[in-house]
Amino acid sequence: MTSLLILAPLAYLGVFFVYPLGSILVRSLGGEAGFGLEPFTTLLGDTYYLRRIWFTTWQALVSTLLTLAIGLPAAYVFAVYEFPGKTLLKAVTTLPFVMPTIVVAMGFTALLGSQGVVNSALMDIFGLDDPPIRIANSLTIIILAHAFYNYAVIVRIVSALWGNLDPYLEESAKVLGAGRIHTFYHVTLPLLLPAIVSASLLAFAFSFTSFGVVLILGGPQFATLEVAIYELTAKLFRLPLAGALSMVQLVFTYLFLLLYSRLQERATVRVDLKPREATARRRMRAGDKLFVAGMVVVLLAILSPLIALVIRAFSFEGGYSTAQVANLFSNERGSYFYLSPLKIIWNSVRFALATVTISLVVGTIVAYFLAASGRRGRSVPDALFMLPLGVSAVTLGFGYIIALGRPPLDLRGSWVILVVAHSLVAYPFVIRSLLPVLRGMSPDLREAAAVLGASPTKVFVLIDLPIIAPALLVGATFAFAVSMGEFGASLLLVRQEFTTMPVAIFRFLGLPGTANLGSALSMSTLLMAVVALGFVAIERFRYKGVGGF
Amino acid sequence: MAILEVSGLSKSFGAVRAVNQVSFFADEGELLGLLGPSGCGKSTLLRLLAGLEEPDTGTVTFDGHLLDGLAPKQRGFGLMFQDLALFPHMDVFGNVSFGLRMQRMARSEVALRVSELLDLVEMAGYADRKVHELSGGERQRVALARSLAPAPRLLMFDEPLGSLDRALRDSLQSQVRRILKEVGVTSIYVTHDRDEAFAMADRLVFMNRGAIIQTGTPEEAIAAPADEFVARSLGFKNILQGTVVRYSDMVEIECPLGVLVAAIPGDFGLAEGAEVTLLIDEKGIEIRDSPPGEISDVNQFQGIVTERAFLGAEYELTVRAGQASLYCRISPATLAGRVDSGEDVAFAVDPEAIRFLGGVGVAS
Repeated sequence: MTSLLILAPLAYLGVFFVYPLGSILVRSLGGEAGFGLEPFTTLLGDTYYLRRIWFTTWQALVSTLLTLAIGLPAAYVFAVYEFPGKTLLKAVTTLPFVMPTIVVAMGFTALLGSQGVVNSALMDIFGLDDPPIRIANSLTIIILAHAFYNYAVIVRIVSALWGNLDPYLEESAKVLGAGRIHTFYHVTLPLLLPAIVSASLLAFAFSFTSFGVVLILGGPQFATLEVAIYELTAKLFRLPLAGALSMVQLVFTYLFLLLYSRLQERATVRVDLKPREATARRRMRAGDKLFVAGMVVVLLAILSPLIALVIRAFSFEGGYSTAQVANLFSNERGSYFYLSPLKIIWNSVRFALATVTISLVVGTIVAYFLAASGRRGRSVPDALFMLPLGVSAVTLGFGYIIALGRPPLDLRGSWVILVVAHSLVAYPFVIRSLLPVLRGMSPDLREAAAVLGASPTKVFVLIDLPIIAPALLVGATFAFAVSMGEFGASLLLVRQEFTTMPVAIFRFLGLPGTANLGSALSMSTLLMAVVALGFVAIERFRYKGVGGF
Repeated sequence: MAILEVSGLSKSFGAVRAVNQVSFFADEGELLGLLGPSGCGKSTLLRLLAGLEEPDTGTVTFDGHLLDGLAPKQRGFGLMFQDLALFPHMDVFGNVSFGLRMQRMARSEVALRVSELLDLVEMAGYADRKVHELSGGERQRVALARSLAPAPRLLMFDEPLGSLDRALRDSLQSQVRRILKEVGVTSIYVTHDRDEAFAMADRLVFMNRGAIIQTGTPEEAIAAPADEFVARSLGFKNILQGTVVRYSDMVEIECPLGVLVAAIPGDFGLAEGAEVTLLIDEKGIEIRDSPPGEISDVNQFQGIVTERAFLGAEYELTVRAGQASLYCRISPATLAGRVDSGEDVAFAVDPEAIRFLGGVGVAS
């Protein structure tokens, strides 16, 4: 039965992923002078685009290295030590990952921009006339933002494995005469390496296809492929070239994901894991306590852009006030295009809820299919179903404009097209959170229930569902966050009355004046609040509903 | 009277024949032990009986009714898995009551039945416990209660004690057998462990490479193992190939040990020159401290001890003699001093301790 059910996600992918991307490919090969490889030769002949590819790659590499530098010590702390407030700290440090890119970008602007919190404070203290820190529109701020955004990926993936490594392995190494450094280098590191590499690949892929952060914090000279595609599509209208560039990006991301899925498989198969209780270890000495305390400070410092965002949203003309937020609710200029922030929030939330529903259905079916498929050669379909995660949202939006904006399927102008695009980016998260649970679940449980008289439906409802519920909730959280923050595709597809929060923020930024910057900051704060609320609500529900195993 | 009849059952996975033309029966209330090495098709056979797999050929009849194509829930059979498969998200009550709830039994009845069963497995008062709070033996008993709850017509066990340590296993074995006999349910108990099979089963079915080799009571199997495989799974270690060299009221066989004289319990029916497989029961080997030449009995050999373990009540020795290695257990009381590896020993083999495999020489 499952083998037939898989047709639904396949049809969904076919219509809303393969068809639009295929249309891009056809368009890119169409060129101005008939069918041919002309756009690709143009692309490869133009040093500007080659430099974009090169820049995109190395900024992603540097971002990943910085992410690792922050993430690995944090993963170590979470894996090895027990300290009060650990669970809370872990939840809080995951927050940046579910934050919309535009919120992250705005947070960094609020923290380190020329009118940011840090610069204002320094100017006040030292009586300066100019902001001393000038990293707005620089590579530094892009990389900082990427590290901020991705380090939770490293912490989550690596600490999950690290915390469950059998401590006897390390102890055996020590008994055999290895010192701390040798033990780490020869035993711990090789065991962790697949997790580290696969987490790094994810961080790399996210940095590689980064859009909002680069568009807002970078400025024109720092365009990544994603930004270049956006400019070619939305500003320069050179669609064949945009198509060719999208294809180049697609090939890159598929290769990353294939590698990721191979490595993840190795990480899950090889290491003999122990339950958490069996690995709880290490009484903290003074040095350990200092290290943990230091890491806690670093982790909290990572939240500073979000805090700065709130501070800036509520500071107005030298004091604290709700004026900027209140300003959102008034349409002083009587603009025809004015939308109440409540309407915008409602748009974002309902699209997100629809996205969560679709992602859960599609993701669950695909995850069951992948879990049931044999061990050998499963990384290829795995990576294929994950592909939407790595595809640039701009490319997707662009493909929808070409393919779904005309008969036989004319969805342009409908809100459905937004939800479809969001779900496509969101459902891979549901797969990722479900797969380990499904692969680890003993088939005996289902058979035991069947022998005891449960019908297949009852087996699913009474056995599968309660066991996968926590993973489903995690997937739902991510799907919700992805939809709330989705920016690249929405920007290309959204109609005025369906404006979502990230799009509204971007529009405010495009308008001149302090008032509009204030509106962008306020809207970002609201968006952060909504996502955080959703995150907390789902986490609470999770701990209440299930637990204990 | 046979209540379960299995006839010509086969199942292949790809090129592998997991179950090959299997036929056997079980009487009502009987505890059948299914003995075989891991990977011999025991688990597949159980899954076929439970309806979790469809057989390629063959039939299963229960109480006179053909079960072909019936879904697991329609068969009314119970199956206890190797890893027990207790539902981790339910407490003990939720697990034990699961099958009853599937039968839509009234709530009050369910509570009554569950407490009855928990009493039976000596787990009264554990209804609210979470599965992960239970010890290995407790889980075992909860799984047994869960399997018994819907009053299955046939209960099957897939090596359910495999993961437990020896002492716990021994105590659970007799407890499980007592409960099964008390309930009177017909059961099939799969194991690869001889001692467990002996402790649990009324009758044994030996399975190897998907096929049934021998059936019979444990006593019958010990007295006349059908082949080397059965002999080895029964724990016999001294199995030798030989040729009949002389045959009168006793048989003389040329084997790697030398020439052995064996007693014949029934009709031997083999001529001189025939090839035979024989086993020497380790209980029939005796080490003689007396110098060689002074013992007047037959079957005397010289050997060297290659392995030695002292087990308290006896020595476990491997003795190399001729071209053969023999395994034996010797009571220290019969020895003048200690015995250690590397020492030369003289030993004798009781002609009555020699048995022929393959149905040769079985008293009829």
